[in-house]
Amino acid sequence: MSESRTIVSFRDVAFEVAGVRILEGVNLSVARGETLVLLGESGCGKTTTLKLINRLIEPTEGEVLVNGGSTMAVDAVELRRGIGYVLQEGGLFPHMTAAENVGLPLRLAGRDRALIEGRVAEMLELVGLDPERFAARFPHELSGGQRQRLGVARALVADPDLLLLDEPFGALDALTRAALQQEFARIVRELGKTVVFVTHDLHEAMLLGSRIALMDKGRVVFLGTPEEFAASPLPLARAYLETVAL
Amino acid sequence: MSFLDFITANWRELIMLTREHIAIVMLSTAFAVVLGLPLGVLLTRVRALQAPVLGFANVMQTVPSLALFGLLIPIPFIGGIGARTAVIALALYALLPVIRNTVTGILGIDPKIREAADAMGMTGAERLRLVELPLAAPVILTGIRVAVVISVGVATVAAAVGAGGLGTYIFRGLRQNDNNLLIAGAVASALLALLFDLALGQIERSFTIGERTKRTSRRIIGLGIAGALAAVAVVGGLLVSQANLGRAGELPASGERIVVGSKDFTESIILAEILTQLLEGEGFAVERQFELGGNLPHDSLLAGKIDVYPEYTGTAFTAILKRDPITDPEVVYRETAGSYEREFGLVLSPPLGFANDFAILIRGDVARLQRLRTISDTVPVSRDWQAGFGQDFMSRADGYPGFVRAYGFAFARQPREMDLSLTYRALAAGELDIIAGNSTDGLISALDLFQLQDDRRYFPPYEAVFVARRDKAELLRPAFERLRNAISTEEMRKMNLEVDGNKRQPREVAAEWLREN
Ligand SMILES: Nc1ncnc2c1ncn2[C@@H]1O[C@H](COP(=O)(O)OP(=O)(O)OP(=O)(O)O)[C@@H](O)[C@H]1O
Ligand SMILES: [Mg+2]
Repeated sequence: MSESRTIVSFRDVAFEVAGVRILEGVNLSVARGETLVLLGESGCGKTTTLKLINRLIEPTEGEVLVNGGSTMAVDAVELRRGIGYVLQEGGLFPHMTAAENVGLPLRLAGRDRALIEGRVAEMLELVGLDPERFAARFPHELSGGQRQRLGVARALVADPDLLLLDEPFGALDALTRAALQQEFARIVRELGKTVVFVTHDLHEAMLLGSRIALMDKGRVVFLGTPEEFAASPLPLARAYLETVAL
Repeated sequence: MSFLDFITANWRELIMLTREHIAIVMLSTAFAVVLGLPLGVLLTRVRALQAPVLGFANVMQTVPSLALFGLLIPIPFIGGIGARTAVIALALYALLPVIRNTVTGILGIDPKIREAADAMGMTGAERLRLVELPLAAPVILTGIRVAVVISVGVATVAAAVGAGGLGTYIFRGLRQNDNNLLIAGAVASALLALLFDLALGQIERSFTIGERTKRTSRRIIGLGIAGALAAVAVVGGLLVSQANLGRAGELPASGERIVVGSKDFTESIILAEILTQLLEGEGFAVERQFELGGNLPHDSLLAGKIDVYPEYTGTAFTAILKRDPITDPEVVYRETAGSYEREFGLVLSPPLGFANDFAILIRGDVARLQRLRTISDTVPVSRDWQAGFGQDFMSRADGYPGFVRAYGFAFARQPREMDLSLTYRALAAGELDIIAGNSTDGLISALDLFQLQDDRRYFPPYEAVFVARRDKAELLRPAFERLRNAISTEEMRKMNLEVDGNKRQPREVAAEWLREN
């Protein structure tokens, strides 16, 4: 099954908390090597959708398949170790240095120290952080942009097939953001990862996405390529497009 | 004696007491951490347990320490007297700060951090070890620090159950009106609290994020101080046992072992010391469990924690058997001996020869000036006097209520209820005008106090005897016979004065009496 083209798929997934429906009838699939962008307004259910994939939360109805098997049928810890995840904000461990943070997934996997050290340096280089300068720093000694890079490096270090990113470049100024988007596009291309990427920024969605899923009030209202999105007659899609046309 | 002379003369004992104190505090804290930390973690996982467990720990902390010690005495395995009970009581006190701070520390962690840990595929145990405990460490360490500082203080009270420690000096100092003892005990325990606080504070700060540069040096300083304290606990012990001060119960392996107890005042200690030395002379291995407060000696005897201790017939008759006071000494002795045998299976020794009756005391100058001789003399002039009595006198059947009724006292002011040994000082200092002391107390002449005559024969006789467990009675018989009617009131008062007034060791005074008699 793992050879199949589809890495993630949602089948009629609904999710509710305390009787309140947060997701309703979600059907999605993510093919190997593609970057699916979840786009939508604040509160529409993007983060919730993402967390269903690595089973930080469990579906109320329907099922989520990863590599062909239901997430509910495998051990959650095993599942998560094969998936890189970057939180919406923060998520770095404040009591660990940059190097310790990035190396942690490998430490959990029981890799030896020397291998971890080399791999951490490699990852820091990849996300544009000079290991000499940054390896020994604590998160609070880094800028917001540097912390985001570190989060990406940590998600990549164990070489997972699947990467989940929740607005990784959220709280950044426009220039830094643009630079990071470019670098991230390059990294994903080089490494050939499968990515689910959450954003509410259309520009980012168009730049990074091989396909875009537009969400509204807990439903997926559009699913297609950026080109198809640009041509969509949907009012919500038009509203987004107008923000960039300005 | 100057404080310096006092320290020079007593440094070995001071080190031993400090060592005991540190050992009690460290052990109890270790227990509290070993129990409280996992419990705290459990509470963060099973929230429903939070209210009941924290509630229990909360209640434990509100139980007054002396009461807690008392409650623990009759409990098998964990209770009894001595250091073990103290460690358990202190651990119960220390539990709350440890549990509460563990819970607060872990629950206070940003949920995003926990989510990141889960998303990385950490198991619950890995998350705890790598993320939650390190991040909660400063808060948890604060809890431990609070627990230790509380323990150093409460441990002084543990001397009342024979646990040793610096409280021994504090209690003894109060009793013997000796500032050197008080200062030595209080200053040493305050210093201990400060040192512990400093050590744990350094370790705690080393966990604060952003303190990387000072991290190691802080940890070294903290562990250094803690290590030094532990070293005092260990090396001090060796030093002291080598110096052969021998109190911590290093007993010969063979031979019958007898545990002698005493109440927590000088006379009881001297009597217990006399019996102990007599028994040692007969070749028994004797363990001292002295200075037990309140009713602890009796409870300990029943619980089999001690084998024998000095008691007074009047106390046994009224306070323990709860009978109405009678004034005939022989009847009281006979009735007490009979009831003790039947009700408790305990044996009374023959009378030791003196009685320690309640003595109603006023200042000598007042007695001389106003020509007061009997208790009845004082009734008309005492309306505005401030009376002060020990807890014992206030609560017992033959104490305050009956006393006031029998003589028709009408004090305008409520009498002060306070520690017995403090009433002597307070009377001498003019803070109190009338107190109830003990007739053999050496302080009576030392402080120029006057004993009023009990002209209505209200107070029952308090003849000194030993109470022993039946299974040890045979072994004790020769010593009991040797002490039958052997100590006169005058001799007892002199011995009390030697200790309370002249600050000599009960051990020496007892040995001296045994040489001369
Ligand atoms: N644990 C929860 N309990 C109750 N409601 C929740 C919970 N988690 C999410 N929600 C609600 O579900 C909806 C979707 O939340 P979600 O975090 O998925 O939004 P989002 O699309 O990621 O928004 P944003 O862009 O602001 O991050 C919101 O209305 C939110 O209030
Ligand atoms: Mg979100």
